[in-house]
Amino acid sequence: MMKSWIVLGAGSAMARPLIRRLAAEGCTLFLAGRNTDALEPLAADCRLRGARLVEVMQFDARNHGNYAALIDRLAAEEGEINAISFVGSMPDQSAIDADPELIKGVFADSFTGPATFLQQLAPLLEQRGSGTIVGISSVAGDRGRLNNYVYGAAKGAFSTYLSGLRNRCGRKGVHVMTVKPGPVDTPMTYGMKMPFMTTPEAVAEDILKGIRRRRNVIYTAPIWRLVMLVIQHIPEPIFKKMSF
Amino acid sequence: MRWTPQEYAGWGRALRARGEVARPQNPDDLLASETAPAFGMRRSYGDAALNSGGRAIDMSQLDRMLSFDPESGELHVEAGARIGDIAAAFAPRGWLPAVMPGTGFATVGGCVGQDVHGKNHHLLGSFSEHVAEITLIQQGGPVRVTPGSSLFRATAGGLGQTGVITSAKLRMRPCKGDVMIVTERRAADWDEHVALLDASRATYTVGWIDATATGAALGRGIVEEGESGAGLVRQRDKARRVPMDAPHFALAAPIVQVFNWAYYHRVPARGRTLVKPMADFFFPLDKIHDWNRLYGRRGFHQFQCVVPLAAVDELRAMLEEIATSGLASPLAVLKRMGPGRAGYLSFPMEGYTLAVDFPNRDAARALIKRLEARTADAGGRLYFAKDSLAEGAQIRAMYPELSDWQQEVAKADPEGAYVTDLIRRLQLRTTT
Repeated sequence: MMKSWIVLGAGSAMARPLIRRLAAEGCTLFLAGRNTDALEPLAADCRLRGARLVEVMQFDARNHGNYAALIDRLAAEEGEINAISFVGSMPDQSAIDADPELIKGVFADSFTGPATFLQQLAPLLEQRGSGTIVGISSVAGDRGRLNNYVYGAAKGAFSTYLSGLRNRCGRKGVHVMTVKPGPVDTPMTYGMKMPFMTTPEAVAEDILKGIRRRRNVIYTAPIWRLVMLVIQHIPEPIFKKMSF
Repeated sequence: MRWTPQEYAGWGRALRARGEVARPQNPDDLLASETAPAFGMRRSYGDAALNSGGRAIDMSQLDRMLSFDPESGELHVEAGARIGDIAAAFAPRGWLPAVMPGTGFATVGGCVGQDVHGKNHHLLGSFSEHVAEITLIQQGGPVRVTPGSSLFRATAGGLGQTGVITSAKLRMRPCKGDVMIVTERRAADWDEHVALLDASRATYTVGWIDATATGAALGRGIVEEGESGAGLVRQRDKARRVPMDAPHFALAAPIVQVFNWAYYHRVPARGRTLVKPMADFFFPLDKIHDWNRLYGRRGFHQFQCVVPLAAVDELRAMLEEIATSGLASPLAVLKRMGPGRAGYLSFPMEGYTLAVDFPNRDAARALIKRLEARTADAGGRLYFAKDSLAEGAQIRAMYPELSDWQQEVAKADPEGAYVTDLIRRLQLRTTT
């Protein structure tokens, strides 16, 4: 069956290996991102790797004006429609302390933008009774921490949203998977030393495996499921004194 | 593009550097930033990729294939693209990079910068002989370099000293498919080994040599000949990873001897023909990620030389010294090379090349020093991609076109912005 994927935030380093795997499988790809010029080389790369069709699309999490048009374009494709969102932004917590208005942008990028798009897209998938929606959330959304609680709050909201979307779409044959990466070797983390750091290649592998097995929530690297289980169960009186 | 302080190493892990590294996502980032020497996947064993105390650019994210012309077979690709990745994408459609080195993790930029060779060097020559165009970013901006120019000859095998290679157009070669039909034959001793390599008419030929066998068995090995083919074979097993630095005795002499004995005898005396996934033939060690950790924290050195055809007896004597030392590791290669080379500092010459790994220990370093002197006496040459121990004067004398290269480099990079640890150690840019 013909499969189409729209990738929101296709320019992110985390997305690249997954996009290439989908291309090699012969999928139709809609690479959506803010900077469409920067996506053109990746689109060319995907065509050479065997994608059936690749189109670059403008997607801005902070401007919802063209979402309906994007979805109309997707609706013109036959077969199974799938979506994955890699969008999000994480300014330094100190920058947010200096300018609390930044919270709006973090929520737009990490939550309201992708959620607004998926909310409009869901009926199309439900109507076809197939497809998968994958949302990249974060382990940061599992508990508010000293160093990134605004980003964590936005990702937490996105996780909760995906959980509800799964509840809604699951009964119509559409699968929704939440992905919670720990630190991944991307420009966001480049040069930082972080525990259980994984790579975009490993994330792609975990996501594809999760989709095949129709998993609901995956952690990548998988060790983070255990780590976050522990972190979530630290009593608040103790947790509030911790800084990591 | 963010500069971050890092400690990094060449593939042999014996030489290390501390300095700032940046990893751009787009070629435009390079134009916007101060320039520095570039590296790919750091598969050169020594210090070709290192810039201690200075800056270096990690090109691994600029790895996209930009266009392909099925008429001419020309592939335009960013410099950080890995050869194995290109082969995996194109072989099923009947195309392969004309020349592929022994690891698929080598990048296009690295293959140009070291003008690497492959198992078909005797037929097709070196990597850069199949490059139709190189795009360099120099301090003044991007420059396109085509074969025939002296800048091309200074860039191919030029160790990154003419600018940052950002993309190249590769002339791909047709292949039958993505499997290899491989014939393996035992060579009982040195003379038979060399005779089999000389007589080989295959597209791809390489000899694995047991560098621990002595006496009558000196030089024994397995000669592998390969041709591309089409068909179905069992998929390659998933790559494994060496999870930690191995203890120092992991590659002790008795273990290596047993391994080599078994490796030799696994091929039946009458030889055999197998069908293998392409990567198993070209990149056998890529199945074990980070295999360099098998040598432990101290790392290892690879000695690789090429000597003229007439110096084959000198090469035999070198192997004898290696074999009796008991220091060699399981990974040793003997190959007959053709004359093909694309740049002033390209390694290949018509003759025989021998490559042997040694753990980073005093005795091994002393042995390598003696082997280097013997290479010089034999009129041979050492390989910048592998070297980590040579003397500047000795290795400079092995490259007769060094002064041509120096002239071009002085024009391309008058300020020395691309100087690396290798260049400093061997004083390659110092004119005498």
